[in-house]
Amino acid sequence: MPDRREKTKSPYTADRHVPGSFEGETVSRRRFMVRSVHTLGGMATAAFALPALGFALGPVFERKKIRWEQVGFPADFPETTYVPRVITIAEGIGEAGKTTVYVRKHNKQLDPPMKDSYDQYVAVSTRCMHLGCPVAFVEAAQRFVCPCHGGVYDFTGKVAGGPPVRPLDRFYTRVRNGRVEIGPRYSVNSELKRFSPRDPAQDLDGIGPYAYPARFSTEKKPKGAKE
Amino acid sequence: MRLKLPTPPLPDALKPAPKRPGEDNGKLSPKEAASEAGITVVDWIDERTSVSGAARWMMFRKVPKGTNWFYTLGTATMFAFLSQAVTGVILAMYYDPSATGAYESVRYITNEVFLGELVRGMHKWGSTMMVVLAFVHMARTFFFGAYKYPRELNWVVGVVLLVLTLLMGFTGYLLPFDQRSYWATIVGVNINGSSPLIGPYLSDFVRAGSDFGATTLARFYSIHMMIIPGALALLIGVHLYLVAKLGTTAPPWQSAEQDIELRKAEV
Repeated sequence: MPDRREKTKSPYTADRHVPGSFEGETVSRRRFMVRSVHTLGGMATAAFALPALGFALGPVFERKKIRWEQVGFPADFPETTYVPRVITIAEGIGEAGKTTVYVRKHNKQLDPPMKDSYDQYVAVSTRCMHLGCPVAFVEAAQRFVCPCHGGVYDFTGKVAGGPPVRPLDRFYTRVRNGRVEIGPRYSVNSELKRFSPRDPAQDLDGIGPYAYPARFSTEKKPKGAKE
Repeated sequence: MRLKLPTPPLPDALKPAPKRPGEDNGKLSPKEAASEAGITVVDWIDERTSVSGAARWMMFRKVPKGTNWFYTLGTATMFAFLSQAVTGVILAMYYDPSATGAYESVRYITNEVFLGELVRGMHKWGSTMMVVLAFVHMARTFFFGAYKYPRELNWVVGVVLLVLTLLMGFTGYLLPFDQRSYWATIVGVNINGSSPLIGPYLSDFVRAGSDFGATTLARFYSIHMMIIPGALALLIGVHLYLVAKLGTTAPPWQSAEQDIELRKAEV
């Protein structure tokens, strides 16, 4: 059987010996039909699949709003020890959305110099930086201790032992109308440099900040906050 | 085409006497029609669907010499899945996937609902059973060399099934919403978040936000209850099709010698 297709393809279906082709036709009716039906099918699928996908992925790109929560008077918080306070980090889920925060006044002897006005009070998160269990401050040892896998942090929240990959997270603090307020979370590396909030188990030293990039879902840092 | 089912072996005295030629002219008496009602219904469906061919192809297969009890592990895993599906659907009748109501609804199922403790227990322990059976089935496949050509694709499908089964365990663990399940889920999501580059975004997707929030439980419930079971059922179908299509392997200790009579018959 001779090859019915010619070496150089003509744009006209008649030249290509497509059965039933008309004079001057470049797309056969069969091919036109197939393509338009496939296009319509694709559009119909996209019409429900894309919104569904966006619906499921939406929260990844939804930025959380900054909330400031009052936790007490400036006089409540000494420099040398922590005072536990309970704040809400997720609304609408009752007790599950609350977390304990350890608050104290900035201590010149222990802490690096204040970076900005959000550094007057140190609010340490109780989320362990190994895998997220709740740590407790043990007064006698001056350490934060995690019950799950033995993570230990010193008085400033830096890792003193165990599996955690970075110091405990902190919260921005400010004083408004004579009250101490706790705001958005931020993460710190081993030199207490500030980063946008990362999940536990995500290292922030060396290539860490590149391996675990900032997310779209966390709060923006408050106005004027420095790194 | 009429279905021919094998007749059960009966003593001659009990067998109905054959009709004489010309008697009744092939008409069925009501008693006979009643006794054949089942076959009539099956015939009616088969005439319109040809499903009997597929059923026969699936169920009456030749199996190699030496097939033994280890070959039932896959079916056992499938029955564990069926048990999980049925008890899960029943549990969904009482379960409330909200952060404020989940714990109370599980307590209600366990303590108040008739047989609730049993059904929840079956679902809880059955999940462990399913994982164990899947692994033992996988070990059987591995040690018998049943993953080799031409069955590699079925091994791949099986591995996906195993991963989906483990994901079922992970997402189901949160649903009782007690202290253990809450913290275990936090830890699990953070482990998954420790993978570079995509980890942080994956965690946000799983949690529906930067923190464990109001929609996290509902999301886990939907994944546990709709998305993964659907994928599991579909892939079990593919897995079974490939088993029927390719046949099972003989155990490795079975020699390849062919029966002399059979060899003659094939020539």
